[in-house]
Amino acid sequence: MLKMRVIPCLDVKDGRTVKGVNFVNLVDAGDPVEQATLYDEAGADELCFLDITASHENRDTLYDVVAKTASVCFMPLTVGGGVRRIEDIRKLLLAGADKVSINTAAVKEPAFVRQAAEKFGAQCITVSIDAKQVAPERYEIFTHGGRNPTGIDAVAFARQVAELGAGELLVTSMDRDGTKQGYNIPLTRAIADAVRVPVIASGGVGTLDHLVEGIRDGHATAVLAASIFHFGEFTIGQAKAHMAKAGLPMRQ
Amino acid sequence: MQVAIVDYGAGNLRSAEKALAAAAKDSARVIVTADPDAVRKADRIVLPGVGAFAACKHGLDSLPGMVEALEEAVLKQGKPFLGICVGMQLMASVGVEFGTHKGLDWIKGKVVVLDPADKSLRIPQMGWNDLKLAHVGHRALAATRNGDHAYFVHSFHFVADRSQDVLATVEYGGPVTAIIGRDNLLGVQFHPEKSQQVGLTLLASFLKWNP
Repeated sequence: MLKMRVIPCLDVKDGRTVKGVNFVNLVDAGDPVEQATLYDEAGADELCFLDITASHENRDTLYDVVAKTASVCFMPLTVGGGVRRIEDIRKLLLAGADKVSINTAAVKEPAFVRQAAEKFGAQCITVSIDAKQVAPERYEIFTHGGRNPTGIDAVAFARQVAELGAGELLVTSMDRDGTKQGYNIPLTRAIADAVRVPVIASGGVGTLDHLVEGIRDGHATAVLAASIFHFGEFTIGQAKAHMAKAGLPMRQ
Repeated sequence: MQVAIVDYGAGNLRSAEKALAAAAKDSARVIVTADPDAVRKADRIVLPGVGAFAACKHGLDSLPGMVEALEEAVLKQGKPFLGICVGMQLMASVGVEFGTHKGLDWIKGKVVVLDPADKSLRIPQMGWNDLKLAHVGHRALAATRNGDHAYFVHSFHFVADRSQDVLATVEYGGPVTAIIGRDNLLGVQFHPEKSQQVGLTLLASFLKWNP
């Protein structure tokens, strides 16, 4: 039976992780490769790097981080942030990423998703959907870290990119991100029920119960979290044990 | 020992190269090559692949002499062969993805769309699933255990004509072929290079395997 996935996400800037990761045995708190290795050993099901490097010149540091990580971690790695051109995807995949997550470029030009999926295969194209609730049961896509509204309905957009060839959707609730109040379940479920591709719930995890809700109530098949793991509040093992106890199929 | 990973432009070969090198622990030299002669000279051959069946078959056919080199080394000389993901699917007689396309026809069967009756099951199957071994004691799977988890990403699957060629399955709305094999041929639908210790263990067994 297929197991539900737990995916820690690391924010990387200029080749270094920015949100402090609080592992007991961490030597260099800013080294994404070392953190990836520890998550690998802890039994994470996949790993996600989100590149938040502002300047274009420093983007190359990311390829180096991805290549180094892929040399030591034999687990699936998704890389997102600033992926705008086919060439960006090619470079990330060649460096060792397994999946690339596309956000703004997919919103600006949905045909880019088709182009990417045709070129590299749907299995490595994740579309990242950042949405905010704008009315009861209405969710709108926002870009640029939640600052720019687009007027695009998130559920319709999810359907569209899934048809264009996205192999997976990463659904982040911008209202919940960083609040620790839990995933936006109605948003996650509305999208998960509208498409057949796998959905990753993201944004707002504060407790282990939130992870359970993302799957049980949000109909996602994977949960992404950052701070609850980084700051050592919970380990990957604790998260999986809790989810298994709630009746979810987990790899432990 | 030399291990050749066939490079026909189908995605990222770095992970497969790194994982094989890690599994070999200096007992093998792993090369990534598009040269049919290098494939002929290798002791073991790995055919990876991601994306669509037809695109991968086209990529393989586009390398002059590569299919012939593979047939000579694998079918005539009996060198151990491992197909990974679409590389495994290419071992089939035909693939039905964007039309019907001929495969290598090394293991009789068809590659068809994954369409479980249970519509709550997502397509692609993406994630970790537990292996059910059909033949305990296959030497290429010497250290692989029933219930080991491997990482899958696929929307098509291999339906073999002969049940004895199916070495392991996973449950996804019914049994789905996870490992196929006969004689010196082995193919895995999952990604051993992404399956942490379970994957490295399988690759190590493959490198030691003398069919």
